[in-house]
Amino acid sequence: MTDPVLSVRNLSVEIPTRAGILKPVDGVSYDIAKGEILGVVGESGAGKSMAGNAIIGLLTRPAHISGGEVWLNGNRIDTLEPEMLRRMRGKEIGMVFQDPLTSLNPLLPIGDQLTETILEHLPVTKAEAEARALKGLEEVGIPAAAQRMGSYPHEFSGGMRQRVVIALALCAEPSLIIADEPTTALDVSVQAQIVALLKKLCREKGTAVMLVTHDMGVIAEASDRVAVMYAGRLAELGPVRDVLTHPMHPYTHGLMGSTPLASKGLARLNQIPGSMPRLGALPDGCAFNPRCPKADAKCRANPAPVMNERASCWHPMIPGQTS
Amino acid sequence: MLGASLYRLSHAVFVLALVSIISFVMFRFAGDPCYAILPIDHTPLQYADCRARLFLDDPFLVQYGAYLERLSRGDLGVSLHYGEPVLGLIFQRFPATFELVMLSGILSVLIGIPLGVLTAVRPTSRWSGLSLSGSLLGASLPTFLIGILLMWIFAVELRWLPSFGRGETVMLGHWDTGLLSSSGWRSIILPVITLTLFQIAVILRLVRSAMLEILRSDFVRFANARGLRAGRVNYIHALPNALIPVVTIIGLQIGSVLSFAIVTEVVFQWPGMGLMFVNALQAVDLPLMAAYLLVCAVFFLVINLVVDLLYLVLDPRIAVERS
Repeated sequence: MTDPVLSVRNLSVEIPTRAGILKPVDGVSYDIAKGEILGVVGESGAGKSMAGNAIIGLLTRPAHISGGEVWLNGNRIDTLEPEMLRRMRGKEIGMVFQDPLTSLNPLLPIGDQLTETILEHLPVTKAEAEARALKGLEEVGIPAAAQRMGSYPHEFSGGMRQRVVIALALCAEPSLIIADEPTTALDVSVQAQIVALLKKLCREKGTAVMLVTHDMGVIAEASDRVAVMYAGRLAELGPVRDVLTHPMHPYTHGLMGSTPLASKGLARLNQIPGSMPRLGALPDGCAFNPRCPKADAKCRANPAPVMNERASCWHPMIPGQTS
Repeated sequence: MLGASLYRLSHAVFVLALVSIISFVMFRFAGDPCYAILPIDHTPLQYADCRARLFLDDPFLVQYGAYLERLSRGDLGVSLHYGEPVLGLIFQRFPATFELVMLSGILSVLIGIPLGVLTAVRPTSRWSGLSLSGSLLGASLPTFLIGILLMWIFAVELRWLPSFGRGETVMLGHWDTGLLSSSGWRSIILPVITLTLFQIAVILRLVRSAMLEILRSDFVRFANARGLRAGRVNYIHALPNALIPVVTIIGLQIGSVLSFAIVTEVVFQWPGMGLMFVNALQAVDLPLMAAYLLVCAVFFLVINLVVDLLYLVLDPRIAVERS
């Protein structure tokens, strides 16, 4: 197997607060290979976005990486100087944000925003940069791209703006894209188009993608493997088909039970009792134990084990078994 | 753009009419000009003759009607004190005030905006602390006190700069400028600093708070995620967006320099309109006072018009709505 594009080892993020140190990301490890799409799911506050920001070096103070390593194409990047990190952003790692309505500068034509990014990272002339920008817009399916180069963001619909954002993330040909909830703010009818576009472009260019979302449908549609996060930790990590059809972590199982599926018809959805604990008030032992149907004394006394096989759980579910 | 300007102009006419009424009404209460004109041992007959000559015994509406009629012919009246047409007097003094106010306005924008950005972007740097505490001082010390302090230090103690007057002036057509002689420049330094310190403080604080707001927005985070240089993110992306809410207030602020200029002109015996206005108040020179107010109103209106047009340039979203 070839070396992964992104390799995250035991990554932890800490936020010191008056009430104590919070750990929104706690010992997370995963790899993403060239051309692979890794879906990262979890509830709000599970640490998905925080992990993405940590990788690209955009944590806002006082949050900071407190442990672990991040490797990109064989180079360690979590220890880089701020200036080196800045050069790497956009060039090696592109990012797509959640809300396309607010992620573009409203006062600058989109063509200029593309061109400035290309000129920053690639050794090209202004004319070449403009040509590349135009090609980028065509690739993401902006109709009449040549005429739209001078258009301002408010002249586009939400879906079109997210296409522009994707073009911006891809314009310097990075080897990794971190897409942070790229479809959450869009109309349902547009969501599938954007996911399909992202998937197609990354397959063509061999770009690795970290797709952060809480939408199981998006995960099932786009990703090759899926990482499930809970309270800052990795609960389960595996090929998407296996995880979705035979979840091994009780939390994943609960998540799947609470997702409507056409194949199940109109059967009543399950819900996971309780809610995710606040970071300042994590229970002892496994963070999921108060909500877990299989929790026992062991779970309450010991932190969840390091990944065994696929799930980080003392009592992983055997495929086929129901609780 | 033309339509918008015409629309603003119709507003301007309305505002001017209002100002003319207010100034006309207000100065009826400024005192009886005849007491200022006549010698102290005047006879009742002389007094009655004076009242009649100035039409002061006519009903108010008749007086105002006659005033408007003269105004429509461009006749602002004759100064009671100087016995010359008011318009000529104003235009003699206008260049001195205009040069002072414009220099101060330009300087406060050129210094206030970059300092506002600096204090927002690098809140921990030594320069930020210095500018912030300096701005507190500039905002809290009254203008006349700053003027007197500066005069004491630089004119009296150090003897570097003149303490009053405009220095040598040069006639440029009808414009009496002090900016073409070295003594003129030396004379304008202290009054300009006196006027500008407060303006810098206000603009700095406005820009700083607007920038702090914008720096948290998504498109600035996205610009950072694209690996753009800090200078580009701050000045090309963040600053123009931060300026949009601030431009109006900066415009009004520069307009208000005109009123602060009265104090400064008195302190430095600057031969401008402000000093003339204070003298006119003492002499109950009604036509001169009314004319000064009108000129100030026109100045404000012009600045507001410029600000409105600036919005059309700054914000493409407005341009679309109006076209």
